[in-house]
This record gives sequence, C-alpha cells and structure tokens, in this order.
Amino acid sequence: MSSLLELQDVVFGYPSRPIVLDGVSLTLDEGERIALTGANGAGKSTILQLAVGLLRPHFGRVVAFGDERTSEADFQEVRRRMGLVFQDPDDQLFCPTVLEDVAFGPLNLGIPPDEARAVVDRTLETLALAHLRDRVTHQLSGGEKRLVSLATVLAMEPEVLLLDEPSNGLDEATTLRLVEILSGLPQAVIVVSHDAHFRRRIALREHRLVDGRLIDHVPRCPNAAPPEDRAAAE
Amino acid sequence: MAHDAVAGAALDRTTKLESALTALDPRTRIVMAFAFAVVVVSLQTLAALTLALVLAVLTAWQARLPWRSTRKTLLTMDGFVLAMLVMLPFTTPGPTIATIGPLTMSSSGLHLATTIALKANAIVLMLLALVGSLEPALLGHALRRLGVPMALVQLLFFTVRYIEVLGTEYLRLRTAMRARAFKAACSLHTLRTFGYLVGMLVVRASERAERVLQAMRCRGFNGTFPVLLEPALRRHDGVAGVMAVALLASLVLVERTIV
Repeated sequence: MSSLLELQDVVFGYPSRPIVLDGVSLTLDEGERIALTGANGAGKSTILQLAVGLLRPHFGRVVAFGDERTSEADFQEVRRRMGLVFQDPDDQLFCPTVLEDVAFGPLNLGIPPDEARAVVDRTLETLALAHLRDRVTHQLSGGEKRLVSLATVLAMEPEVLLLDEPSNGLDEATTLRLVEILSGLPQAVIVVSHDAHFRRRIALREHRLVDGRLIDHVPRCPNAAPPEDRAAAE
Repeated sequence: MAHDAVAGAALDRTTKLESALTALDPRTRIVMAFAFAVVVVSLQTLAALTLALVLAVLTAWQARLPWRSTRKTLLTMDGFVLAMLVMLPFTTPGPTIATIGPLTMSSSGLHLATTIALKANAIVLMLLALVGSLEPALLGHALRRLGVPMALVQLLFFTVRYIEVLGTEYLRLRTAMRARAFKAACSLHTLRTFGYLVGMLVVRASERAERVLQAMRCRGFNGTFPVLLEPALRRHDGVAGVMAVALLASLVLVERTIV
C-alpha cells in the first residue's frame, strides 16, 4: 500500500535565515495520526506548508497520493485531497457568514450551490455547530472560530487533515471537544502541537523536530489513543 | 462570551426590525435609495424638497431606525451643511433682503442654502433607512448582483471582515506601548514611535493578507469567487418598486406645478 504523504530528505530555509529543515523525511499512511513537536521556529508549520505546496523544498521530494509533486498544478490537486487548518482562525475564516465560509471549499471543488448547502449543513451537524450556521464569522468566540475553521476544511472531505496548533488558546472544555471530534474522524492526521497532553490524546506516533531533523519519539502514555489504533500498533 | 452577547443582541435587533421595508430584497432597497437620490438632487422648489424630506422621515419611521444614532449621524452631516448655510446667503449674488454691517444677505443665496440643507438631509435619511440598516454581507451580495464589479464587492467584504482584527491588533500594540510607560507627547520620540506603530500594523496586515490568501488556496481558491444560491425577487419587491416610482413621479409633479 502506498502512503498518503511522503517527504524525502526535504531541505528548506527562508531567505536570509539559517536552514530550517535539513533533510526531513516523514511518511503518513492511511488512517495514521502523527504529532509533530519541537521548539518555536523549529519548522513544524513549515512542514505542513511544504506538504500542500504553499512552500517548495530547496532539495528533496514531496510525494503525495503516490505521485511526486513539483508544480503548482500538482499541488492544486493535492490541496483538494489534503486539508490544512491554519493556526489562526482569523486567517482561515474570511467570508461574511459561517455558511458561506464553510461552503467556500466545496464550491471551489465544483459542487453545485444547493448541494454545497447540504454539505455545509451535514458538516456543521457532525461537529454540533449547526446553530452557528448563519452567524457572522468575526463575531464568533475564539473556540467557535477554531471549530468552524475545522468545519471549513472538513466540508471538502479531505483524505488527510493537517492541523497547525489546533488546541492553541482553547479552554479545557473546547479542547476536550476538539479531541473528541478528531478522534472520531476517519482521516489520516498530522497535528503540530506544543501541548504534550493534547498530542498524546490525538496521535500514536510523535516526531520531534530538532536542529532541522525529525527524531522519532514514542509517547509515554499510548493508552490515550483509541483501542483499535493501539491494537494496530502492537 | 461578551462577543456572543453582542452577536445575539444584533440578531435580536434584526429579527425585531422585521417590517414591510426590511422584508424587501436588498437590491430593491438600494435601487430605490439611488433613484430617490437622483430625483431629489434635481429638484429645486421648496415645496417638492419639503415633500421629499417628509417621505424620507416616513420611510425612516417605517424602517424603525434607532432614533438616537440616526439623529447623531444627521447632526454630524448637518455640521458641514451649517457652515455652508451661514456662508451662502452672504456670498451668492442676488436681490438683497437684509444687511448686517458690511455684509448683505441675498434671497437667492438663502434659497440655495435651504435647498441644499433639505436635499442633504432627505437623501441621507433615505439612505440610512433603506441601505444603512442592511447587514454588510447582504449589502455586498446585493451590490454584486446589481452588477458592481466583483473586486469592489470583495474589497467591501474583506474590509468588513478584517477591520476589527486590525483594530484589535492596534489596541494590543497600544496597550503594550503603555505597559512600557509610553506617553504621547510632542517629541521626536513620540513621532518615531507612532511611525513604528503604523509601520508594524502595515507589515502585520500584509502578512495576514498573505496567510488569508494561502488559506484560501488550500481550499481550492483559483481567483474566482463561488456564489451560493440566492433568493429571487419576490412579489412585494415589485409592489414596492411601483409605489416608489409613483412617489418619485409625484415629487417631480409637485416641482413642475408649484413654482
């Protein structure tokens, strides 16, 4: 079985700054949930952006859904199947209302408007956010914004979910709700998080980014993962 | 949570405002306000203009405009009109009706000042009643469907969406400045500091714009904005349109007959 995403010896640096990623390799298989951690500025978000082609590696290969991806056209296809949830919901939510924002992705996929509405309703229902449908996005609370930005990506029914600091700034109750939602999703997930507790509850496999390289890191408390994952891991 | 309360209150207000006027399609309201403005600007007689102002007041009453904030908006505008109102009678040539010291007041100047004041108040009040009470989102969609270029409509949307985000960013920076004992004074240091503040806001805004675009591209954005289905014009939009045309025609009629 080929993997969903594979980074091979990726090297990347931002202009006039030292190299961030110095030969990073990472594989994500179907149904897998991986956590990335590392110091501030270590390049965790950079890895996610490389995966969907918002950034291009200086060296190394990005293989997604079985094909190597190099051009913008390649990555446009990748972005239809791999959903990135941004760190700041204010970056993600730009439409006047929740309905329009969640419909934005499906409409871009070419789904007709009335079907897109149905997709929005279904997605919001699954996340228990149906009551926010007609709200104005910038008037949502921080937690609501976060969950709605997850909804905007889930509405596109991606095969892979990339989450950048999803629990950042959330209170305990909302974090719990997010963990519940994420645990119930069928998608393969890469989650970037500083929150050790959160990482352990979401992911089985953990990588730490140190000096531009990924180091495997097995969480100490694997029983937080759902039982079927644990069985698969053993 | 405070946000929730505010949004809830806004929702309550809009549902309570449900009146004959607010049930109209936003496009009907924009076109009606525009037509009213064009007709009123071309009127000259005091009778027709007074009637126009009465129409505007009645519409504002029907739209249940909040009295307090409407008065404040009108007074703000009248502040500008007042300056003109005082100047015009003394600066426009025409038959003299009074002299104050070296100044002479002309009747044509007084007439001009009065018509300008009536026109400005009637049009602004009508705009507030018909367009001002629209949610920005509805207004944007209506403008787009009326043929306003998509770029302009998007500009409106992005402004509405991000002005608060930028405002919060500005307040955060100001608080951080105060926390380090900054006090605005008439000094080079203050000027430089405000320069940095504005520069930082511009940098952050452009970086945010970059990230918003990236997030949009991640959701398949390719330069065109998709549109969700929207309701069609309904029967009462037609009724309101006919009524508006009749009222505007009667304004013109009054203008023509009463000299």
